[in-house]
Amino acid sequence: MMKSGIIKLVLPAFLLLAQIGHAQTPAPGKSDSNWFVYGLAAIALLIVIYIIVQVSENLMAIEAKRLGADKSGANFSLFPQMRELFDTKRPAYLSGQPLFSLRRGFDIKLEGEAPSQINTKVKSATYALTPANFRGIFPIPKMEVEVGSIVKAGDPLFHDKSQPGIKYAAPVSGEIVAINRGEKRAIKEVVILADMDMIYREFKAPDLGKCTREELVAFLLDSGVWPMIRQRPFDVTPAPEDEPRDIFISTFDTAPLAPDLNFVVEGRGDAFQKGLDVLGKLTAGKVYLGLDARGDNPPSAVFTQAAGVEKYWFRGKHPAGNVGIQIHHIKPINTGDKVWVMGVQEVITLGTLFTEGRFDTTRVVALAGAELEAPQYVKTYLGASLSDLLKGNLKGQHVRIISGDVLTGEHKAESGFLNYWDDQVTVIEEGDYFELFGWLIPGSLRPTLSRTYPNFLMPGAKFRADSNTHGEKRAFVVTGQYEQVLPMDLYPQHLMKAILAGNFEKMEGLGILELSEEDIALCEFACTSKQPLQHILRQGLDMMREQS
Amino acid sequence: MKKALLHFFERIEPDKKKSPLLHTAYDAFFTFAFTPKTVTTDGVHIRDGIDLKRTMVYVVLALQLCYLFGTYNIGYQHFHAIGQYPGLLDGLHLKLVYGLIKILPIFIVTHVVGLGIEFYYASRKGHGVEEGFLVTGALIPLLMPPDIPMWILAFAVAFAVIIGKEAFGGTGMNIVNIALLARVFVFFAYPTYIAGDEVWVSGLEKVNGVYQTAAYGGVYQFFDGIFNAWGWDTFGAGGTAVIDAYTGATPLALGYQGGWEKIVATYSVSDMWWGFIPGSIGETSKPLIILGALFLIGTGIASWRIMVAGVFGVAFTGLLFNAWGMTPFMEVPWHYHFYMGSFLFAIVYMATDPVTASSTNKGKWIYGFFIGVVGMVIRVMNPAYPEGWMLAILLLNVFAPLIDHYVLEANMRRRARRAKAAAQ
Repeated sequence: MMKSGIIKLVLPAFLLLAQIGHAQTPAPGKSDSNWFVYGLAAIALLIVIYIIVQVSENLMAIEAKRLGADKSGANFSLFPQMRELFDTKRPAYLSGQPLFSLRRGFDIKLEGEAPSQINTKVKSATYALTPANFRGIFPIPKMEVEVGSIVKAGDPLFHDKSQPGIKYAAPVSGEIVAINRGEKRAIKEVVILADMDMIYREFKAPDLGKCTREELVAFLLDSGVWPMIRQRPFDVTPAPEDEPRDIFISTFDTAPLAPDLNFVVEGRGDAFQKGLDVLGKLTAGKVYLGLDARGDNPPSAVFTQAAGVEKYWFRGKHPAGNVGIQIHHIKPINTGDKVWVMGVQEVITLGTLFTEGRFDTTRVVALAGAELEAPQYVKTYLGASLSDLLKGNLKGQHVRIISGDVLTGEHKAESGFLNYWDDQVTVIEEGDYFELFGWLIPGSLRPTLSRTYPNFLMPGAKFRADSNTHGEKRAFVVTGQYEQVLPMDLYPQHLMKAILAGNFEKMEGLGILELSEEDIALCEFACTSKQPLQHILRQGLDMMREQS
Repeated sequence: MKKALLHFFERIEPDKKKSPLLHTAYDAFFTFAFTPKTVTTDGVHIRDGIDLKRTMVYVVLALQLCYLFGTYNIGYQHFHAIGQYPGLLDGLHLKLVYGLIKILPIFIVTHVVGLGIEFYYASRKGHGVEEGFLVTGALIPLLMPPDIPMWILAFAVAFAVIIGKEAFGGTGMNIVNIALLARVFVFFAYPTYIAGDEVWVSGLEKVNGVYQTAAYGGVYQFFDGIFNAWGWDTFGAGGTAVIDAYTGATPLALGYQGGWEKIVATYSVSDMWWGFIPGSIGETSKPLIILGALFLIGTGIASWRIMVAGVFGVAFTGLLFNAWGMTPFMEVPWHYHFYMGSFLFAIVYMATDPVTASSTNKGKWIYGFFIGVVGMVIRVMNPAYPEGWMLAILLLNVFAPLIDHYVLEANMRRRARRAKAAAQ
């Protein structure tokens, strides 16, 4: 408000001065002191007008705030905002809805998007739960099964020694065929050979209307859905005794080649709504839903018709779909706040527990990327085997298989398994080649934000991307680049420097608690100096977590 | 061909342990020819196509027009002083060759000294040669008067690179602009070579109180031989006296002495605009600098905020001076300040150096604006030297972290206030 006000003052004052300056140039030698006095008087007049405008504008803002109308996203300034003058017209479904139009961001358009159709032929034989997926748990959790044990879907596999109440449950029924160990005997993954017909552990879900919050929490802990909830800040599994300020769910994913969640929830609306009802019981605050306002048509009715939640619409490029960005705009995380976030498919699993009394980890997963013969959606379960999902679908051998998207996913061996929260597998080419003058005249087009490439001239084009770094790591040189793709009131580069310097006060002040790796990932992609921003941010978050 | 070249590079790779300096130099040239085959490890799996080399080289590309015109203008000013070849295209070959003979040694010495130091420090620290000197090395020749002695230039470059950059930890760590530091070194250590009325036009000497061209040496004679063979004009022996009423003073020096009237008595507005005036090698031609600026803004390499804010700063201060009007120089119409001196060059290529400028977008507005203000104050009010951008930018370089500090403080305060409001 203040800034725009100053511009409004300075511009006319400048124009006036320009007039004065211009008027006097043809007649040198004439006394100029009159003009000087006039100029000062004009400035004084402008300042008076400015004060009046500013006071009335602030009064408007205060009144709007008092009525609670400022949250609606409407403009209560005396002046129209730039955005209002030049923005495209709102589609009809958005009228009267609270909308955040985020201008900053970038969509990395890649080849290999999956068409909206599920290939039912692709099945995974084995599934695995990976302890390392859960941040902050001990690398060697306490096992509750051993190789050869027969488990039902929902039976606990292991728990963390420091939080024995949180059960990590089997996503499918079958036989434990392997407990793979990594370095220092850490448990890498617990592999289950799935039954042909799933056997579910029977649950008696408490009645939402009657049960207390404590009973509900105890049930969620025991049933194995608790780890599907994540807490911000720090992106960790919440402690059972914590109560969140609010719960946030983003109903669209803007990451490159991400699955279309409208398609994913088809036919599962009841479970989703039930999941929302359960979440509503877990917080004294509200459950917020971030909705996709990018299209000409509204998103799935499952989201738009959801009851018992606060809905906010977001329009913009990636990372507009990140829940962290949405939290920042809806109700930011302050020091001491704990909020929970959950993915759409996790909410459905939670809901199914109540609608059908079973731990159903069905996941619709997008297999995408330019190195797949046929990008497609498959219906499988949590932790599916990548080799089974991708069998016969890889174009070459020299590829990188990523569980998740190209910005935040994890590089997996072909024998690996889908990570706990991931609903996407991306396969891209490995980029370990030398390129002759690649920095000056690259041999192929590649995704970039830089206008030194002609990409900005072809807005619809899709690119093949590989894992080459396209340059060497350097110190931070270019400025303003991260801000360009992070739609938050935050200075990422300075935050990174504060983390590297270990300055806690500054880290907290500059908003580290509002960030998670996925929010900063696009900045890392864009970074000219090839700095590992997600890694640095995680260092900082770990330091903060140890402190608190 | 690519394979053969790769193979060649592999064959000549020196041993890293035995000769680290050689290996560093090899690595610099190798990574210049080939982007390395490194792949992403943790974090993002794909990276933007832009890197620091590309960023830096685009600035160098933007400077090429200034180089072309600078070379020509050295020759043009030289012959203009003695009244020969008054037309722009008359004696073009002589003007260009004259300019080249002046500018090439400057360019070579700058790079040999600067890159030598860069390679040495990179090998000592055991990491690759960073690209910072690409731009610095391209800028320094354009900032110098054409007759700068090579030993002074070498000292200046060495001083700037060692004290200004390597002492702070290399590219990205420096506080002040390296190229300007080189220039300010000359300015304070050897002021007679970079200030005054006699240094901006090349190849003149004072004999018996009259300026005349110095004798053309061996290189010129060599070219004369060639030109003779083709039947073109030649340099001749030298020793031609300058034309009557000749002055080597820059428009600003004239403006300081007698205001706008005195300036236009010597230089036409169009000469100043197109750049046919004496000055540092690269800064005279305004349209070419503006073209370079548009190129940099269009490609997103340089910050348009700083440039726009700088223009506002100059206009604002110029208007104030017009209104004040204490000296004749203050009465020079404010918009003509853009025609004279090196403001445009400085704000486009020097002030926008991302390492030394403000690093926040709000800070950039303040930073650019104050460069405009401070530079104008120095230009107009400083009795000894009527130009201010070098000093203004160096001053604001030092203040940039402070500006950023307050912008960040404001952000932190906003966050704290928000938390307080939420707690109520």
